[in-house]
Amino acid sequence: MQRPDITFAEAIREGLDQAMEKDARVIVIGEGVPDPKAIFNTTAGLRDKYGNRRVFDMPLSENGMTGICIGAALSGLRPVMVHQRVDFALLAMDQLINNAAKWHYMFDGKASVPLVVRMIVGRGWGQGPQHSQSLQAMFAQAPGIKVIMPTTAYDAKGMMISAIEDNNPVLFIEHRWLHQIKDNVPEEYYRVPLGQAKVLHEGDAVTVAAFSYMAVEALIAAKALKSAMGIGIDVLDMRSVRPLDVASVLNSVRKTGRLIVADTAPRTGSIAGELISQVAEQAFDALKTHPVRIACPDYPAPTSHFMTRHYYPGPQTIADEVLKMIGADKTPANYRELCALVLHDGPHDAPNRGFTGPF
Amino acid sequence: MNHASQLALLRSMLRIRRTEEAIADRYAEQEMRCPMHLCIGQEAIAVGVCAALSKGDVVFSNHRAHGHYLAKGGNLNAMVAELYGHSTGCCGGRGGSMHLIDLDAGFLGSTPIVGGTVPLAVGAAWASSLKQSGQVTVVFFGDGCFEEGVIHESMNFAKLHKLPVIFVCENNNFSVYTRLNERQPERPLYRVAEAHGLAAYAGDGNDVEEVLTISRTAVGLARQGQGPQFIELHAYRWREHCGPNFDDELNYRTAQEIKAGMNNCPVAGYTRKLEKENGNIHLEIERYETEIRQEIAAAFDFALSSGEPGVDDAQGKVYA
Repeated sequence: MQRPDITFAEAIREGLDQAMEKDARVIVIGEGVPDPKAIFNTTAGLRDKYGNRRVFDMPLSENGMTGICIGAALSGLRPVMVHQRVDFALLAMDQLINNAAKWHYMFDGKASVPLVVRMIVGRGWGQGPQHSQSLQAMFAQAPGIKVIMPTTAYDAKGMMISAIEDNNPVLFIEHRWLHQIKDNVPEEYYRVPLGQAKVLHEGDAVTVAAFSYMAVEALIAAKALKSAMGIGIDVLDMRSVRPLDVASVLNSVRKTGRLIVADTAPRTGSIAGELISQVAEQAFDALKTHPVRIACPDYPAPTSHFMTRHYYPGPQTIADEVLKMIGADKTPANYRELCALVLHDGPHDAPNRGFTGPF
Repeated sequence: MNHASQLALLRSMLRIRRTEEAIADRYAEQEMRCPMHLCIGQEAIAVGVCAALSKGDVVFSNHRAHGHYLAKGGNLNAMVAELYGHSTGCCGGRGGSMHLIDLDAGFLGSTPIVGGTVPLAVGAAWASSLKQSGQVTVVFFGDGCFEEGVIHESMNFAKLHKLPVIFVCENNNFSVYTRLNERQPERPLYRVAEAHGLAAYAGDGNDVEEVLTISRTAVGLARQGQGPQFIELHAYRWREHCGPNFDDELNYRTAQEIKAGMNNCPVAGYTRKLEKENGNIHLEIERYETEIRQEIAAAFDFALSSGEPGVDDAQGKVYA
């Protein structure tokens, strides 16, 4: 019998737990990992179960500790590092990009860095310019590194296990607003391959390729479009930023002829732009109209909730873009119905009415 | 130290304490919608260090910055408005609690990425050294920051160029919920600074006069061109790492430890000391309490009645 659904955060914890149980080389380290809040409960109980030789808190030394984890990875361990906010990982850019990403290549494949770095993207309650960045494109610009962004609890566990088993450095980027979303997660140890998009919703009108939390928003838009207006769209949860599953997007675009890419990051230089470039290069003939990026504006997320009210695109943005792209006949009645279906429940700076933090 | 100066120190600490308490009291209204790191219990450090500075000296700080900002003369109205995300805030709402600035007061900025402002302070000191302006720069940071590479790089460069910068380490023994002994080997932090060649001091961060005395020595030497100074001050964070509440239920510290920490209250301790030295000062304290209560109430009124920024206010100023 299927067990009750569990959250994305619980799924990460279970993935870490099972990977540690299976492989004694796996260690987990990060500021706050064994503390009472346990990285939003994603590392709860691990220290008790595996002891303080495998589960560590860490000095506030991001670059040094990343280098130390790379050294440990080169020497047979499989470290998982955690940053409560991706913004702190910027302090470790040198080690991540100059060492982790290059080591295998520059030493002719003689060594590899099986390292996982978890990075949490903040949003809401005034996380502001330095606690809410979406830096996936910046990391993904470096060949040699993998960047993944699971959206569902099922994928969070399966991709965590795959990331730990992977012989390359894998950056596991988690949007904080995903942590509380539940779905069905098998109890057993399983892998979800890295670098493959997943179809969340099917339709012929438009392809919406979405990253991380934007896949949740795109699915809401897709269901509302279907229900209110009978418009069917493909929603692809990209799941991985590098490698980027262009093939799945091309398959869908060859069917729909229209592409929207929804990203959590600011528009310019985003992975959304890269995906559109690749589709334009490889399937220009299949496009009926120009592709569109849905992303954050090109300025930092301010702290004031008054100013973030329209900073983040959501299901309404996606639905409107779909309608515009296909030139849909909308009536006041069915558009009102659509808007009601995509309406955000609760304050705009929280994932829903019931969510009270921590952010 | 004369009685008036002593009372000014007490009043300044009390003002920070009451401001932080007022923020804590109103936080549950959910109108200050940003992360909030309160400095209750650590007021003596901000006040003692800033009392040793001149108006033209400058300060950088970190995520727990309210006390530093106020002690340096930062505008209270603009701070409270900033917590509400209003356009009259010191960052026009863009920053919130973790990003404060008041250039008129010489408060050059606070940020939450640990260690982020330490090299900036060294840079400011470098500039003042090149300009021979006589200005001293202070940077406040915590014991956690001492683990960042950048602080050691900064001390090295500051010593190399004999820069007029004061590194003030507020050692409250916790990085979020993790104790110092889980993060660093057992040795005094200030001795590491000494190994970098800095003049280093350690003191009781709950004793505002001790903080002031050490700071005066350090600031004086820095201003004379004797190079960077390092001050480690021990203190205790009463409330949760981030947020308005006490967090005793998390059990990462014992009830006895919390009690002992709060028994070392810098405000109550200094009040007792002044009364012992000068007799009853409750009339002065009553007056301060009234004035401060009115000032804080006015600041909240100002903040709440001032403009809510629009979405357009978030755009622009991305480039100078």
